[in-house]
Amino acid sequence: MSDPVFHLSDVTLSLKGNAGPVDILRGISLDVGRGETVALTGPSGSGKSSLLMVMGGLEQAAGGTVQALGQDLTAMNEDALARFRLGRMGVVFQSFHLIPTMTALENVATPLELAGQSDAFDRAAEALASVGLGHRVNHYPAQLSGGEQQRVALARACAPRPAILLADEPTGNLDSVNGAAIMDLLFDLRDRDGATLVLVTHDPALAERCDRAVTLADGRLA
Amino acid sequence: MSIAQAGRLARREMRGGLRGFRLLLACLALGVAAIAAVGSVRAAIEAGLAREGAALLGGQAELDFTYRFATAEERAWMEDRASRVSEIVEFRSMAVVGDDRALTQVKGVDDAYPLLGQMQLDPPIPLDDALSPSGALPGAVMERALSDRLGIAPGDRFRLGTADYLLTAVIRREPDSAASGFALGPRTLLRTEALDGSGLLAPGTLFNSKYRLALPEGTDLASLKAEAETAFENQGMRWTDARNGAPGVARFVERLSAFLILVGLSGLAVGGVGVASAVRAYLQDKTEVIATLRALGADRATIFLTYFIQIGTLSLLGVAIGLGLGALLPLLLSPIISARLPIPAEFAIYPAPLAEAAFYGVLTALAFTLWPLARSEDVRAATLFRDAWAGARRLPAPRYLVIIALLSVTLVAVAGWFNGSWWLTLWTLGGIAGALLILALAAALLRFLARRAAPLCRGYPRLRWALAAISGSGEGAIPVILSLGLGLSVLAAVGQIDGNLRQAIAGNLPDVAPSYFFVDIQKDQMPGYTERLETDPAVSRIDSAPMLRGVITRINDRPAAEVAGAHWVLRGDRGVTYAATPEDTTVITAGEWWPEDYDGPPQISFAAEEAEEMGLKLGDTLTINILGRDITGTITSFREVDFSNAGIGFILAMNPSALSGAPHTFISTVYAEEEAEAAILRDLAARYPNITAIRVRDAIDRVASVLSSLAAATSYGALATLVTGFIVLIGAAAAGTEARTFEAAILKTLGASRRQIALSFVLRAGLLGLFAGTVALFAGALGGWAVSHYIMETEFTLIWSSALLVVTGGIAATTLAGLGFALRALNARPAQVLRARE
Repeated sequence: MSDPVFHLSDVTLSLKGNAGPVDILRGISLDVGRGETVALTGPSGSGKSSLLMVMGGLEQAAGGTVQALGQDLTAMNEDALARFRLGRMGVVFQSFHLIPTMTALENVATPLELAGQSDAFDRAAEALASVGLGHRVNHYPAQLSGGEQQRVALARACAPRPAILLADEPTGNLDSVNGAAIMDLLFDLRDRDGATLVLVTHDPALAERCDRAVTLADGRLA
Repeated sequence: MSIAQAGRLARREMRGGLRGFRLLLACLALGVAAIAAVGSVRAAIEAGLAREGAALLGGQAELDFTYRFATAEERAWMEDRASRVSEIVEFRSMAVVGDDRALTQVKGVDDAYPLLGQMQLDPPIPLDDALSPSGALPGAVMERALSDRLGIAPGDRFRLGTADYLLTAVIRREPDSAASGFALGPRTLLRTEALDGSGLLAPGTLFNSKYRLALPEGTDLASLKAEAETAFENQGMRWTDARNGAPGVARFVERLSAFLILVGLSGLAVGGVGVASAVRAYLQDKTEVIATLRALGADRATIFLTYFIQIGTLSLLGVAIGLGLGALLPLLLSPIISARLPIPAEFAIYPAPLAEAAFYGVLTALAFTLWPLARSEDVRAATLFRDAWAGARRLPAPRYLVIIALLSVTLVAVAGWFNGSWWLTLWTLGGIAGALLILALAAALLRFLARRAAPLCRGYPRLRWALAAISGSGEGAIPVILSLGLGLSVLAAVGQIDGNLRQAIAGNLPDVAPSYFFVDIQKDQMPGYTERLETDPAVSRIDSAPMLRGVITRINDRPAAEVAGAHWVLRGDRGVTYAATPEDTTVITAGEWWPEDYDGPPQISFAAEEAEEMGLKLGDTLTINILGRDITGTITSFREVDFSNAGIGFILAMNPSALSGAPHTFISTVYAEEEAEAAILRDLAARYPNITAIRVRDAIDRVASVLSSLAAATSYGALATLVTGFIVLIGAAAAGTEARTFEAAILKTLGASRRQIALSFVLRAGLLGLFAGTVALFAGALGGWAVSHYIMETEFTLIWSSALLVVTGGIAATTLAGLGFALRALNARPAQVLRARE
């Protein structure tokens, strides 16, 4: 694969638990090409979400190399990782993770503001309109349904038009109808911007919509 | 549902330990400890005063006469009843060394002095040797402040009036000094007979004679006092005895500690805010448990009782810790406190002040925990499936509001009963309640404004995040503004009152006040005295008036205290003057001044404001004891008397024929340029050695230094409130850590650097502090204005230095607390934080 967006080599991750350190990832090597859509699948506790977090620089690998867009994430500190994500990477979580004290519009505008975009709020409004929430811009997360909150999260991830979209079980907290709508939106946005999409899912149908499915078991690629 | 079942549930709930309750314990403990400590120190001083009453007074009883010595008959009465009698005479004079002169409080004593206690001198020689040295000059001892001021040491000479004395030692400890009260000059002590030839005890000179009695064991002081008062009913005698040996000090300690306890209550109120927010946070955490219990069949009463027992137990623990601290701290610090007190104190554990503090602690805990506890009833089983408190009513059920109101009324009633001054209690507690109300409204307003302003801050993401956070509940805007704001309000009020009083006394007063008060000017000295000043171009004004001192003993032929209570005019003797015509500036508010040549029965012109306070009206008769003789006059006019400019002001003025026959001297005020003051004093003192000059600037300094000690004591009290406020602030910051960590994790995920996030945290903390400080300044200045305007009757101006301190203090406190707890939030890995919420 030439010029991969992600290049992971022998990545390990262990986290401290109450009963001592737990090995979460045990030597993962993986390349993801530009514009590719990859599903990370596997049983609960297999390390899918952890792998996604490591790929997003949200978790520091204990060993191995993690390269994204040609840059070594393992060599970066917390702030350098944040700057790297800015404008390049959008992340969608299972629990939406909107900031409760901000309106939908403010939530979506935040990464654009951080990137110094002068038209942050206009673009945020467009992004919300594109996920069908043009009429809910001034609502706070608590005033929105789960499906609506996830659409806001999706708009927030996609508004900066990032090269990489990471999604951690984005439909896990939604019913099937809402879940399907969210996935349609996610793939539409990816198609619009040509972003590389890596998503964690338990849903085989969803995995099938991706170019490739990577299965994990016990912290290793199966 | 039985209490036992609720108790069992409460016990199980408490298995989690004290986590989450540290704030509650700290707030209650600190508030109760401050009150218990002040009360314990007060009890220690009162016990010390009671134990040492006789030593402080210098005898078991004292009879005090103004202007005169006891008559032979009075003296015989004393000697019949006492085993020993000691005579003391006290007056003000000038101690002179060369051209240097200083005001001193002279005390002439006899051989029997001191009846009780020991005079400690430096060098350590017996008092008899010090006062009767072998040389030609009589000996005298003085306080170090005076000898240093005059630049003399033991062995040097100095002059009082027209006589010379040898300074033989410096006073290290005067056993009966506390009974003398506030003095404008340091002490000089000598034998009374050594004053012969000094010209200082001439007729009309202002002096007091005091007779200390050593009484036989078992003398009933109360009946002896009654006997003395009957025997000398109209002779201007004042009685003090060992039951309250230093009444001035005792009254001062009582008033100051009553006020400090009220300031302590403000600390407890701040603690109450912390307690309420701790209970609210705890119950919020327990929402699922409560909902589960409801789902399992627990009724509302069970839920309420379960958590009431739990929080009640912990509150009692907090009160107990506070009582322990409040009882032990004064004991531990007793060597330091005793060394700084000019009066004896008997440190021990006193149950009464501890009971008072415990009562306040329990009432405050109840009043502040009931509100959040009552809301636990609103949690339903359905909460398990929906947002916990969504839709819950904002106010607790009316019955709880009634109970909270009753508790508050009880607290005020108990505080008023304990400290004995309803007026002070209602003012202080009303002020605290008012400040809490202002702060609560301000906190709600801040959240509203932050919510409105956040959308306007597009392009300033850090400010927008800060405002968004403040508008939410996670940042704890309400407890922060209430607790820190109340602490700062108290500090601001103390700062503004102190600053304004200081400004009134030391700032504005010297501009309008005379340079000197001259007292004890003999009538035949007046022409020369006036001429010297009138020919001096540096002198702009001289006011002189004859002055006698008298005690108002009866009003309308009834004992004065029965009619006018404990009004200050009746306390001790007052200056009385006479004049044929009113001064040009005199404003008569009612009645008429007597005709210029009037020589009928005595007529009185009385100060209007004081007359109103005492309930006097035109036509009332006053009996005034002057030099042991009763003079009864009729009030024929009221006039304005302004004491604010430190000029001559007499409560009582009479027609000349009523008083001019009595021996008296003149008092005079001189308004002169500051540079000319020294020359005037030198000239007049050389020409008239018997007269005493009181430099107003020195007197102002002396009063200002007493005020600063008072302000310092009050500031310590306010500081306890502020520390409690800071603890609540830390509690709020700690409670907000989870919300901030989550927010930081999301912002990092979206690309924000730690610096940007930290800046936003600083901004929100700073904004909260700025707001709390500003509102506190407003509340404190309002309190300061009320005290200045209604109590001190001085003009109020905002003291900017204190104001700035309060506002910057607020910003610094919130920023420090906020940043202290932000570090964990800033350093947490986003993945761990966010996954923990999945």
